[in-house]
Amino acid sequence: MDQNITLYVDGNRRPVTVDTRTTLLDALRDRLDVTSPKKGCDHGQCGACTVLLNGRRVTSCLVLAVAYDGADVTTAAGLGSDDELHPVQQAFLDRDGFQCGYCTPGQICSAVGMMEEAERGSPSHVSANLNDPVELTDEEIRERMSGNLCRCGAYVNIVAAIRQAADPEAEQIRQARAERQRNEPVLREDDAPTSYQVSVSGEEGR
Amino acid sequence: MSEILESTEIGRPMVRQDGPAKVRGLAPYAYEQPVQDPLHLHPVQSTIALGCIVSIDTSAAEALPGVVAVLTHENAPRLANTDDAELAVLQGHEVGFRGQFIGAVLAESPEVARQAAAAVVVDYEAEEHDADFRADHPQLTEPNAATADTFDGDVDTALRAAAHTVEATYTTPAEHNNPMEPHTTIALWDERGLTLYDSTQGPHPVRQTIAPVFGLQPDQVHVIAPHIGGGFGSKGLPHANVVLTALAAQRSGGRPVKLALTRQQMFTVAGYRTPTIQQVRLGADDDGRLSAVAMDAVEQTSKIKEFTEESGQPARMMYATPNRQVTQRLARLDIPVPSWMRAPGKCPGMFGPEVAMDEIAEACALDPIELRVRNEPESDPETGKPYSSRRLLDCLAEGAKRFGWDRRNARPGQRVQGRWRVGLGVAASTYPFLRQFSEAKVSYSADGTYAVHIGAADLGTGAWTALTQIAADALGVSAHRIRLEIGDTALPVASVAGGSSGTASWGAAIIAAADEFLAKFGVEPDPGAEVQTAAPRDSAQKEYAMHSFGAQFAEVCVNVDTGEVRVPRMLGVFSAGRIINAGTARSQFIGGMSMGIGMALHEQSVMDARFGSFVNHDFAEYHVPANADIADVDAVWLDEVDPLAGPLGARGIGEIGIVGAAAAVANATYNATGIRVRDLPLTPDKFL
Ligand code: FES
Ligand code: FES
Repeated sequence: MDQNITLYVDGNRRPVTVDTRTTLLDALRDRLDVTSPKKGCDHGQCGACTVLLNGRRVTSCLVLAVAYDGADVTTAAGLGSDDELHPVQQAFLDRDGFQCGYCTPGQICSAVGMMEEAERGSPSHVSANLNDPVELTDEEIRERMSGNLCRCGAYVNIVAAIRQAADPEAEQIRQARAERQRNEPVLREDDAPTSYQVSVSGEEGR
Repeated sequence: MSEILESTEIGRPMVRQDGPAKVRGLAPYAYEQPVQDPLHLHPVQSTIALGCIVSIDTSAAEALPGVVAVLTHENAPRLANTDDAELAVLQGHEVGFRGQFIGAVLAESPEVARQAAAAVVVDYEAEEHDADFRADHPQLTEPNAATADTFDGDVDTALRAAAHTVEATYTTPAEHNNPMEPHTTIALWDERGLTLYDSTQGPHPVRQTIAPVFGLQPDQVHVIAPHIGGGFGSKGLPHANVVLTALAAQRSGGRPVKLALTRQQMFTVAGYRTPTIQQVRLGADDDGRLSAVAMDAVEQTSKIKEFTEESGQPARMMYATPNRQVTQRLARLDIPVPSWMRAPGKCPGMFGPEVAMDEIAEACALDPIELRVRNEPESDPETGKPYSSRRLLDCLAEGAKRFGWDRRNARPGQRVQGRWRVGLGVAASTYPFLRQFSEAKVSYSADGTYAVHIGAADLGTGAWTALTQIAADALGVSAHRIRLEIGDTALPVASVAGGSSGTASWGAAIIAAADEFLAKFGVEPDPGAEVQTAAPRDSAQKEYAMHSFGAQFAEVCVNVDTGEVRVPRMLGVFSAGRIINAGTARSQFIGGMSMGIGMALHEQSVMDARFGSFVNHDFAEYHVPANADIADVDAVWLDEVDPLAGPLGARGIGEIGIVGAAAAVANATYNATGIRVRDLPLTPDKFL
């Protein structure tokens, strides 16, 4: 059965006819040619389809479009402007928070929604206290972003990107330090030892 | 030896060229290519594993409004070539595995196509199938197309005489690539032939494979794939979904036809890594020198098409020993067709042997790194060829220093933090160098830019960026004057993005074209000046054993109460020749290592042999690592250029990150707990 609805997508009024079975994701991708949100599973298991629906992050493959007549939908394409990226997008670019890029628009919408949830003080599974303000530690970021799978395995850089978006200066200092460590001279061919001896029984660990 | 290209842009962590489009979601993947008025396709899949279709009733499906056609073996167009049984879709009534395509619905909307596919009624005559993979399968056979068995010296005698031995069975389960972007094709026929917007790691290889299937000349097939949402091997070769879409598009009245596989369908028709059963035997003297290495691997393949995962490979070349035996046997079953998955052969084949090395190190009372030092070969053990470069020991030494290996207690089960047992583990890593035939074109425009064309593909590897850097250095200009075009068969022939060979193969072609361009036209060419050429062949691969090496270090915590394993820290040190882009390279290394953590801890595709299908066929039940599973994973590389690896001096980095990762984690869990787990994944039950 078909139904006419109107969505407001990235600030644009978009009337659309949908089958009552059409998900918000398919309405966007198949009927409105809004392909910034991606389909990875269609079952709410991967997060690739994450958009901000009336300001909250949702997996749009689990939402029936017909139930959201009149709703505001923000995709990754609508977060920044034509010539400027949203700070979270810029951070993903700076920290190389993706490889194939297929999970990325979902990751970015999710990160924007997540940071706003944290700002509001909404706790997660790893929050020590339900009432304290949320500090976005790595553990908090990882937990709150675990609904967005990345098969390329860009998680380390996704976490760094979100840290950067949350506190650019702190992240800059941290990256500079990591970079220095990583760039400490690595063995060159000529000065490589010919044999490597280590003790058989190491000491008690840290 | 080729002349090595000087670098200015190469090596820099240049930001991804496709990045701004990708963070907005505007880089078009296959499904998103703008086409006029497409039809949607939904496959019908067999529900038996072996037998044939007696009747197929499509009347209810056809009656649904919006249905344009229902294809079955009875009415589908004939293919010109059906030699490849995986690709010969809808050409007969036989069924060779559960989930095989037996029909498809073309409809105006995806919802209707799906509904109609479910309304197709099929009557089968089922035969008794065999989907039960086991080491004692009564009909294990030698692969037809794979490296022959190795028998050097006499392993059995050496093992009897050895001071220390390890003889054990190690297993790795079936695993699915699961790229985030589903396998997707849009097919369109017109008077010029067939156009395919495809999610593929190789536009030219797809053309080469698909053209004969439809009786076309290669230039009648146009494949377009500028952006691919991951592949990890499963998009390296076209699977049945590509043929099905092209076939259906012959019944669409000239309209384009779209098919994106569902995640569930990807578990049956898009390839996967075979499970392996590895019988490993090592013998060593009191000093830890290996007197025998044996690796006897059993894998599965589909009766309809042979695929061999060469998991014997690493045991042939990793360590020196006078006595060596490597065999690979296949159980041919009525199951989906296995295929490439990141580091085929090397990845599973470095699990058993690298855990066995940990075991024999302990038996010899040696540090596992020192054990490897003592068994470092002078030349390739299998072929006797010299190595172009073999710096495994440097990787181990460098990693040991950076990771704090000296803090490891050699006695397992000694370190406890709260309710967690903590341990460190190490394993070696390796991947061979490969370069394939490719061509590139360079042309100059009036605006001062150089167009560089090559039909390569970027599935997340960073080819858009790395090739831009290479072209800039090859032409001696800055990167912003390069306009790179990839991902289209209209561009010069390029090899598949696979076997970690892309950058070396395509880069060499770009360098060859640039050299010829500069020789012909100099640095001030006239607009329109153009050169197209292939990279010269290079004999180094014949004369030298060429492999990358690495060392993987893992720290794990194993929960005393639940058996849960966490990996708080992991470091990879790699020797892979020249690194083209420090940023994207690190991403690829740690991406491979992160996938390796998935392999170590979570991933397994569970075959229900009664039905012949993978039962956990979605992300809820096939767990790929999530953000919370990955903590501090980092990679560094030795600063080097391999002078024998073509003009780039780079050996490739896409796959080595996953090789050895699971063994390092498994070895660390032993160090933490004293429990030796030889079967992946390392699920909690195995530590209780
Ligand atoms: S496509 Fe919606 S969660 Fe995967
Ligand atoms: S970047 Fe490829 S899936 Fe995340």
